[in-house]
Amino acid sequence: MPGKLKVKIVAGRHLPVMDRASDLTDAFVEVKFGNTTFKTDVYPKSLNPQWNSEWFKFEVDDEELQDEPLQITVLDHDTYSANDAIGKVYIDIDPLLYSEAATVISGWFPIYDTIHGIRGEINVVVKVDLFNDLNRFRQSSCGVKFFCTTSIPKCYRAVVIHGFVEELVVNEDPEYQWIDRIRTPRASNEARQRLISLMSGELQRKIGLKVLEMRGNAVVGYLQCFDLEGESGLVVRAIGTACTLDKLSNTSAFLPACNSPSKEMKEIPFNEDPNPNTYSSGPSTPLKNQTYSFSPSKSYSRQSSSSDTDLSLTPKTAPSPQGPRIFLFPSSPTLSCDSPHLKKSCLLLSGSSIKPLHSSHVSPVVLRKSVSFTEELLLAASGMGSGSAGKEGGPFKTLLRQQTQSALEQREFPFFTLTTFPPGFLVHVGGVVSARSVKLLDRIHNPAFVGIMGNTRSYKLLDWNSFNSDEPETRDAWWAEIRQEIKSHAKALGCHAVVGYSESTSICEEVCILSASGTAAVLNPRFLQDGTMEGCLEQRLSWQPGFFSIGSEKGEVDFFPQSQDSSSLLGIEEASPPGCGFCHIPYDELNMPFPAHLTYCYNCRKQKVPDVLFTTIDLPVEAIVVGKGCLIQARLCRLKKKAQAEANATSISNLLPFMEYEVHTQLMNKLKLRGMNALFGLRIQITVGENMLMGLASATGVYLAALPTPGGIQIAGKTPNDGTYEQHISHMQKKINDTIAKNKELYEINPPELPEEIIGSPIPEPRQRSRLLRSQSESSDEVTELDLSHGKKDAFVLEIDDTDAMEDVHSLLTDVPPPSGFYSCNTEIMPGINNWTPEIQMFTAVRVSRLSNINPTNQTLNKNFNDLCENLLKSLYFKLRSMVPCCLCHVNFTVALPEDELVQIAVTAVAITYDKNQALQANKAPTEKSQQRASTDNEEQLQFPLELCSDPLSSQPFSPAKEVLEGASSHTGIPAAQRATSLEKASPLAEGYLRHRSVPSGTNSTVSVVKMTPLSFLPGAKITKYLGIINMFFIRETTSLREEGGVSGFLHAFIAEVFAMVRAHVAALGGNAVVSYIMKQCVFMENPNKNQAQCLINVSGDAVVFVRESELEVLPPQPAAAAQPTGAAGDVTT
Amino acid sequence: MSSDLDVFVGNTTLIDEEVYRLWLDGHSVAEAVARRLRGGLLEREATSVAVLQSDTRDHYRTFQMLERLLHAPPRLLQQLLFQIPPERQALLVQRYYAFDEALARELLGKKLSKGTKKELDEVSARTGVGIRSCRRQFDNFKRVFKAVEELRGPLAENIQQLFLLPPSLARDYAAIVFFANSRFETGKRRLQFLSFGDFAACAQSMMAHWSQGALAPEAAEPDGDLPKSFLQDLKELKVLVTDKDLLDQHKSLVCSALRGKISVYNELEANFKALSRALVNVGGKLTHARDVRDFFVDLVEKVIEPCRSDKWSPGDLRLFLQHYTAAPRNLPGFRHQALWERYMAAISACLLRMFHD
Repeated sequence: MPGKLKVKIVAGRHLPVMDRASDLTDAFVEVKFGNTTFKTDVYPKSLNPQWNSEWFKFEVDDEELQDEPLQITVLDHDTYSANDAIGKVYIDIDPLLYSEAATVISGWFPIYDTIHGIRGEINVVVKVDLFNDLNRFRQSSCGVKFFCTTSIPKCYRAVVIHGFVEELVVNEDPEYQWIDRIRTPRASNEARQRLISLMSGELQRKIGLKVLEMRGNAVVGYLQCFDLEGESGLVVRAIGTACTLDKLSNTSAFLPACNSPSKEMKEIPFNEDPNPNTYSSGPSTPLKNQTYSFSPSKSYSRQSSSSDTDLSLTPKTAPSPQGPRIFLFPSSPTLSCDSPHLKKSCLLLSGSSIKPLHSSHVSPVVLRKSVSFTEELLLAASGMGSGSAGKEGGPFKTLLRQQTQSALEQREFPFFTLTTFPPGFLVHVGGVVSARSVKLLDRIHNPAFVGIMGNTRSYKLLDWNSFNSDEPETRDAWWAEIRQEIKSHAKALGCHAVVGYSESTSICEEVCILSASGTAAVLNPRFLQDGTMEGCLEQRLSWQPGFFSIGSEKGEVDFFPQSQDSSSLLGIEEASPPGCGFCHIPYDELNMPFPAHLTYCYNCRKQKVPDVLFTTIDLPVEAIVVGKGCLIQARLCRLKKKAQAEANATSISNLLPFMEYEVHTQLMNKLKLRGMNALFGLRIQITVGENMLMGLASATGVYLAALPTPGGIQIAGKTPNDGTYEQHISHMQKKINDTIAKNKELYEINPPELPEEIIGSPIPEPRQRSRLLRSQSESSDEVTELDLSHGKKDAFVLEIDDTDAMEDVHSLLTDVPPPSGFYSCNTEIMPGINNWTPEIQMFTAVRVSRLSNINPTNQTLNKNFNDLCENLLKSLYFKLRSMVPCCLCHVNFTVALPEDELVQIAVTAVAITYDKNQALQANKAPTEKSQQRASTDNEEQLQFPLELCSDPLSSQPFSPAKEVLEGASSHTGIPAAQRATSLEKASPLAEGYLRHRSVPSGTNSTVSVVKMTPLSFLPGAKITKYLGIINMFFIRETTSLREEGGVSGFLHAFIAEVFAMVRAHVAALGGNAVVSYIMKQCVFMENPNKNQAQCLINVSGDAVVFVRESELEVLPPQPAAAAQPTGAAGDVTT
Repeated sequence: MSSDLDVFVGNTTLIDEEVYRLWLDGHSVAEAVARRLRGGLLEREATSVAVLQSDTRDHYRTFQMLERLLHAPPRLLQQLLFQIPPERQALLVQRYYAFDEALARELLGKKLSKGTKKELDEVSARTGVGIRSCRRQFDNFKRVFKAVEELRGPLAENIQQLFLLPPSLARDYAAIVFFANSRFETGKRRLQFLSFGDFAACAQSMMAHWSQGALAPEAAEPDGDLPKSFLQDLKELKVLVTDKDLLDQHKSLVCSALRGKISVYNELEANFKALSRALVNVGGKLTHARDVRDFFVDLVEKVIEPCRSDKWSPGDLRLFLQHYTAAPRNLPGFRHQALWERYMAAISACLLRMFHD
């Protein structure tokens, strides 16, 4: 019995009138957790009842704590008939399960009903007493922290970034059950809300288990999605990046919290370690020589999906003799070529970058789970290796790295859901990799199953899975295929990892498009302490001996493995200038995976760079950018015939390659039209509808100083003899040229007229030169070559051979730049603006439009779609005009095709104001600053080699994880330590101060302000604490659509309600903001004839406490306020 | 391509003051868009009519959702649905409860009933205030009236607390409630020259001097009702005009004090008895509901109009009322000086306020 959940119902307010006669309500509350229900007394005849109940105590195990939501139902007592439900509150108690998050949940929660929306509020206090459970076979993963933020959270430091975690759970959708025919829609929707809440709890717990197995303590970039597959069920899936995080501000304060599960977790690895000594025994000894089967042993894979903790450590399962052997820690690197993964990827990769239809039944026999089994084993083992390496430092670090390199090369998916990285993490970026696949959703072959509507325990999904085991395996296999494809694409780009990775689906009837995309990249091995990436890096080098990241050649590569300390590698890697290093191509120049014009880097002139760079990540902080960025969208519609099943899937998969191509072309044209050369945050969404496909790509274009100036766009006609035609062409050409010129002015793109400025810059430091004697001579050649290539830069030619092409060119020119004072981007930060002021406005806008054409053609549809998006943007600019000068950041478009002729677009973004005066001055500053940094920071970078903190400013003062790498440097020195302690002091004060301040506002019963933002930070503020993940799912329905103001009125109210509920939950956790907020789903359905509508919304984000920077400065002279920071919070809020 | 559904929801609720005004004035979305267009917004912001329409509709929806909360402003402060900065909340409430004086003038003293609401069409036509706006304002009056009807203590303060209105606006509402409660006749033609402000000022002085709250803040009776005992006592004052000796002495005291000080001395001397009778009798009649209605009519007919026809100046009236009020102190055998001064304080204030063209 590892936990006691305590709940107190304090009061209600503004309840609806339930008794027409008296205009009052006799309210009472049911508090339910798992199977246990408590009730308060009836508080008669009041709309503002004061229950002030006793503490209801639930004694539950922590698995249940993780899975179940606390369910609070407010009812109206009725003596003669059934009690009427007023509404419900679901509270996710997960944030109470980790030591560093919230200690109490206390506040006013909106009482929500699926039909009536918010009906009054209820004041609830929730606490959890967690007992230590050292049982290593436990099913729970309490204490693993989850973050939606796709970067290392601001007040943490990443000790190790372990890698990709994924999981999915499947259930029948209550809406499609037979019982749905006899129950009310309300009951059905409530069942859905409850089920999804439960499923996300379970999913999170399972992911947590995987993280624990990898020896991590947190998941960053956690993205959980629902697939509403209709008849075939409900899939909840999640991906994330497992990390070991350390709290920055009070590392010492973290340890005394002894009963914290996260600490316990840290210890377990060493306790469980089967025989840690083997690691020191040298490279020639294979540690384990176990055989695993790749044959489709279903029983086995099911077991793994039910997430037994001991899975990876006790090889009791599946010792079947046939199949390829996998050696753990093989001593010879050649083995990696034999790796089944490679074979498999050959199997799966069908050559082209666009995947043709996979047949509806799973074709590859390889079972994903068995693969991941070995992966887990490897990871677990390597985790231990890292532990010992960290402890002892010493010579066998290299040894271990060599051992692990090939093993980790076999890591199933070297994917990272992060989009922002600690400086230096990203070595090179190859480009965007994506894979799509069209699938047919099968019916669940088990109509007899009804368990869902019984008591709550029958929600236990595991039981259900066990007799419907095909289902999750199919979905798992589908995703595994896609991921394999992504991985092999990345390989083709000479990259060993994929960053900024994400997955999505689009479902229409029984067809489903699965998509995954990311950015192929080479990562710096030192950040993956266990040496994961190093192996891959060397692997890459051995493939392409002629090419090394700094232009050194084979000799050095050979020299490498023999070097006693791989830090020499680090040194070299680091020497590549931070401002441009990531742009340098990772792939082989002679053997390029796709045609590209390579030139020498315009920044350092040492390395080759492509002419354009597309990525899914955020712009690296250190990148040198000229001018400002802008949002670039490619929009596309394609008609498709209505068809059934297989035929439908085939036609879709036939269309996909063309769509991808066109989207790409559009992006490229628009990028050139803006005079820019790189895209960040690229997100291509392909949506399937009954009779069309829609593609929407959004990205932020920038001008990277390292990449060549883009050539213009040249139009070429096919019928040169026609005079008027010629004239027309030249007219168009002029327009395009004008637009480019205008855009360059607008986005302040005036790249420095090359040589002097950059060559004269101190980037090629002496140290680097001394190290790279050979490349030095090369670089002198490069300079001359560079200038040549600059001169002969050729324009991008658009051929106009038919009216279609004409239309395309026209549509290029229809994009209207934002009005003055506005900038927009879909990344976290706007390149070129760095003087944000604290005012932010997060918003969601949704539009549904009817494509009214009777005989739509691709062209008219394209135009309609384009107009729709442009008008939406225009209307956003108009709405937010009072905030000028401001920037729309993280503009996130989502397209859905709910019905035949309906297109739904949802946008969530945040408008942030900035200081215009400073902006003008800052124009040139970023370039100069980063160049300056490049030179001056070089020393400092050496000093803090393991600093993974994402916040470059606050990161500096902290000494690099003493426990991780003691011998790191003698340079670390005293000043750093001093600064560190001073900041450690400052931060708890900040928290205390904040709590102190927030108390009076709570008692005053005025509503505390909660900021929301899709970004991971708040301008002008410092996040002092992460309180836990917010992941909420709501359904709203109405049978009186007209009375509620039509579809717009209905949805407007619902979105406002969702915001309100998110804010209330955050406030109850003691937070004052949600960062990394995202609306993952907004499914709207209407039936105007019946006066009905329904909408599902799924949102998530991280609840945080932030302190204004201005307040932080005031803090130190107020020690009294912070005297008892921890005691105060709990007491006052109760 | 038409947009069926089009919403914009901000975490902080966007309030456009101009659109709010248009909404409060009761314009439809189309009218509001037309007016915004006329304001030159299109050119200033380089946007399209469609954008303006969508924006206006969004704001209108927000206001419609907010309206329910505006009916009980303290709820606006507590609600969780809309995140609105406090100063914006105050602005919303203030603007919502602001009213057109012309309309309020029309409705002063009328019963705030359904019947009256039905007559709003005519009122709207007369005052030029949109009918929807008329209805909203009428509902505001009625809502405030209902809310404070039964409450004890100073009306204005009660209103200020329940509706979070700024003090001056709360005082105006108090006047409206006071008139609606006492049902004073204000619609007669001879009262037309009086503005809402005049009546509101009168109501405020009457409440300030006459109501229970003026003497004992924890009084049992609501402030809107004039205390019965006080009205009853006013009958005692009749002695000033019924007792011939007293009347004569009163006159001589006042006249001797004013001789040479006012320009209309002769007229005063001639009319003193009539004036005094009118002033005293107005108070004596207040016990009968029917006579209460005529309070202002009587004042105008019997005091203001005669004075005006005699070309009194406001200064003359002020001096006269001063001495007229003070004189009985020196009248032998007059025992109601305190009551008299309490009574005359409000009457004087009213008369001075009403004495204009």
